[in-house]
Amino acid sequence: MDSTVTTGAEESVWGGGNRPLGASYGKLMMWFFLVSDALTFSGFLAAYGFSRFKFMETWPIADEVFTHVPFFHGNYPMYYVAFMTFILIMSSVTMVLAVDAGHRMKQNSVIWYLFLTIIGGAIFVGSQAWEWATFIKGDYGAVETKGGRILQFVKADSGDRASLADFAKTIPGERVAHEKNNGLWFYDEGYQPSYSLNEVKAGFQANTNILIRTETINAEGEKEVLSRQESLAKLQNATQVVEGANLIHNEYGSRLFADFFFFITGFHGFHVFSGVMINLIIFFNVVLGTYERRGHYEMVEKVGLYWHFVDLVWVFVFTFFYLV
Amino acid sequence: MAHEHKLEIFRGLLKFKSNTQKIWGVLVFLTIVTGVEVFLGITKPPLLTENSFLGMKILNWIFIILTLVKAYYIAWDFMHLRDEKNSLRRAIVWTPVFLVAYLAFILLVEGNYIYNVFKDGFVTWNF
Repeated sequence: MDSTVTTGAEESVWGGGNRPLGASYGKLMMWFFLVSDALTFSGFLAAYGFSRFKFMETWPIADEVFTHVPFFHGNYPMYYVAFMTFILIMSSVTMVLAVDAGHRMKQNSVIWYLFLTIIGGAIFVGSQAWEWATFIKGDYGAVETKGGRILQFVKADSGDRASLADFAKTIPGERVAHEKNNGLWFYDEGYQPSYSLNEVKAGFQANTNILIRTETINAEGEKEVLSRQESLAKLQNATQVVEGANLIHNEYGSRLFADFFFFITGFHGFHVFSGVMINLIIFFNVVLGTYERRGHYEMVEKVGLYWHFVDLVWVFVFTFFYLV
Repeated sequence: MAHEHKLEIFRGLLKFKSNTQKIWGVLVFLTIVTGVEVFLGITKPPLLTENSFLGMKILNWIFIILTLVKAYYIAWDFMHLRDEKNSLRRAIVWTPVFLVAYLAFILLVEGNYIYNVFKDGFVTWNF
């Protein structure tokens, strides 16, 4: 168009009131937030990738870490996480159905779909709490060496993992529990593992069926198992017994794995928790008819965007933490 | 918000009669993809784990691609990006894509470098 021509339309370009992106202010701001939040999560996941590439040969194998399903005993890698993923996708679907019902001003449908969404979110957060508890409690137990490496135990005949209770000796009466009336009352005893290092060492020497499994991953993608001789030599480097995982010690292997697990799934879980809370507020507003009076359900749509985003992030966390 | 929805996925291969139907269709698709991922993750076919492409196992490439596919359908159909204007969609999608690709590239190369330092260096860490 010629620049000298002045038309009414051109004046309104600078006159304000245009909606070049065709979306409302609230929705655009939600997208701003989501894009920046996506970058935050990407930062975490990229940092995870960095640490993983750094310790490529010794990183824990997720399939061997997350093997539990509530109410079932045995070894079921991944099933529960897959179930959690499905729950979250399902609650995303009920959310998008709620948004759709909102567009058609069907108050009762919106109420029901939002209710289901909240239930799904609650199941997910609960599952995540359960998974954390299982991870913190630990599985088989291991010992940590002077250099911070983790040594796990396997049975030589079957190749299965051996828990400390399977072979550790009980050496009676060597320590006294710290009580508050003896010594500093504000000092706790702190956590004590079920078996002392000496008990594990003595049990290992007595039981020839137990071998040590190191953190190193061999060419077949499995953790390397030492021979009996190497195992006995390696165990001399052990400095402490580790059961379960926290930010400092991790019986599953590299402690960074536990740190990232707590940090990334924790941050995501906090998002889901906030999402459930926001959904609840919206839910009550819908029940009270706030949006019915307002004449549109855009608020449901905006909260829906956040909720789908949480699902979207989980899809990536699932892949990079549990699958790859 | 515009109330009209684009009701076809797979570039028009699959057309739905209503928005609700499309949502269920996308759910079925996402469930199938997740199912495939879990199946591959549990069975770990040797064909896919033994061969690698650009320094990564084929299996992991499949996981990442399937994840991006899932992300696409969540963003396009659940978050209604399919119904938004092109300009908004591009602003939302390409900003993170460029930044994340850059960050991942830098950090992974650097991580790999440090791996080699640990491997070939003279510092003992496994003791």
